[in-house]
Amino acid sequence: MNATAPAVSLDDRLRIEDLYAAYAACLDDRRFEEWPDFFTDDCSYRIVPRENYDRGLPLATLSFESKGMLRDRVYAVTETLFHEPYYTRHIVSGLLVRADEGGGFRVQANYVVIRTKAGALSEVYNAGRYVDRIVDDAGALRFREKVCVFDSELIPNSLIYPI
Amino acid sequence: MDTLSRPLELDWETGACARVPYRLYTDAAIYERELDRLFYRNHWCYVGLTAEVPKTGDFKRTRIGAREVVVTRLKDGGFSVVENRCAHRGVQFCQKTFGTTKTFVCPYHQWSYDLKGNLIGVPFRKGVRQGDVVNGGMPDDFELASHGLTQLAVEVWNGVIFASFDHDVEPLRDFVGPEVGAYFERVFDGRELTLLGYSRQRIPGNWKLMQENIKDPYHPGLLHTWFVTFGLWRADQQSQMIVDARGRHAAMVSRKNDGGRSDAVTSGVTSFKENMVLHDDRVLDVVVEPWWNGPTVTMLTLFPSLIVQQQVNSLSTRHIQPNGTDSFDFVWTHFGFAGDDAEMTRRRLRQANLFGPAGYVSADDGEVIEFSQRGYAQHADLATVCELGGRGQGGADHNVTEVLIRSMYGYYREVMEL
Repeated sequence: MNATAPAVSLDDRLRIEDLYAAYAACLDDRRFEEWPDFFTDDCSYRIVPRENYDRGLPLATLSFESKGMLRDRVYAVTETLFHEPYYTRHIVSGLLVRADEGGGFRVQANYVVIRTKAGALSEVYNAGRYVDRIVDDAGALRFREKVCVFDSELIPNSLIYPI
Repeated sequence: MDTLSRPLELDWETGACARVPYRLYTDAAIYERELDRLFYRNHWCYVGLTAEVPKTGDFKRTRIGAREVVVTRLKDGGFSVVENRCAHRGVQFCQKTFGTTKTFVCPYHQWSYDLKGNLIGVPFRKGVRQGDVVNGGMPDDFELASHGLTQLAVEVWNGVIFASFDHDVEPLRDFVGPEVGAYFERVFDGRELTLLGYSRQRIPGNWKLMQENIKDPYHPGLLHTWFVTFGLWRADQQSQMIVDARGRHAAMVSRKNDGGRSDAVTSGVTSFKENMVLHDDRVLDVVVEPWWNGPTVTMLTLFPSLIVQQQVNSLSTRHIQPNGTDSFDFVWTHFGFAGDDAEMTRRRLRQANLFGPAGYVSADDGEVIEFSQRGYAQHADLATVCELGGRGQGGADHNVTEVLIRSMYGYYREVMEL
């Protein structure tokens, strides 16, 4: 934590915790069409293997640069990508919150996504951390930038739904 | 090791490979023979790009079949590939995926090797003196030279490194052959490559199903909405199916069209979405590159371990690493060229959203491979049907065919004696 950064109020921390809880609930409830609304119009959303992130290699598993691209992903998830459906359960914890010099907040949080397919055992699907920038967008907190840096060395076959 | 678990009476439909027996995907004895005859003998396997190990002493740990190997750049600019297995007690001495070193030292008893895999040091080789006696040590006739790491044959072709456990394997260019080699050199013409990054997935299916997937031009315009709707790959395109003289390697070559409705290829095709409009179409910001010379897509299958992808501006190698009969790891290495400007690099990275384990035209390939494997597990004595475009083998000047799969199995039968 940067000691000179302004303190984050308890009120803001609670708002940020609510944001992460609502985000996880949206995905786990499969309300995919609502997912883009957690982001600003000019957002950046990336899912990145840790090895690429740590080595500064630019390739992402998914890399979107606008809310429009997020909507296109939702269409693919719901209409075009053929896959065996699964439940997800996002467990998010360990929020590190600090004020962003440019306004808003920088947040890091651990996550684990558990996948459950019909008739199958639940399994750890993807484990990593969010590296996010959050802004107050006309009264609502939204992700300006969200990077899902995952430790998991192998994706168990495919990655269809957002993380 | 060549005794199969029970006598094989595989029905290939009169030798034409128009049927492929399910047991090829499920039988452990067949898999063992595949490792021996297809991965360890007589074949070149992909191990990486020279751009991944740019400086002297840089190494990469990877896999050929079920065996781990380490690829290292040598002082003279050449490359060594050694098995990741200490000559002493069989320890996998290298535990980093990438790194830089001057020597390889096994952690267990500190046997040390130079970058080529020659044994250079054995602790207590001459014994340990205590007072007037020397205890232990290796026998007098112990030769360092006889206990190096397993060193593989190595060939580099315009920035792509191949290796073989078999030092009698034919030269790499002869192995690939001129027909498919011409398309290999279309992508890898000697330009310096830049490394963009990796994607790694584990697909619960037999490794051959991925070779088949990229020898199967039938499915892209049916399974993949993006291909048929936006015209990146579909049955009404000018296409060529190129195959080497032995039927094992192939190139699927095609030219994109504008997509949209066309009764012959979209009528009744549920994946075709006539009214689909992207909210942000930068993902499909395709810019023709001069070196394409026509085709917008070339997909190469180099048997047994490599796929080379050029799909519009996106380039990757895809490395097949089998884990038994019913699983393989699939490692994507995306790259560009040193001459790319920032805009072209951004374009290649945007188009990478189409590929890999989450990609718009690739995520569902892994899914259908998993479902195929489950179907094969249900029966020991059935076979797939592989008759699109007839029952022959060879190439074709269109993409409405499964001829490349039949050709691969023609070669497979010969080598596997099945």
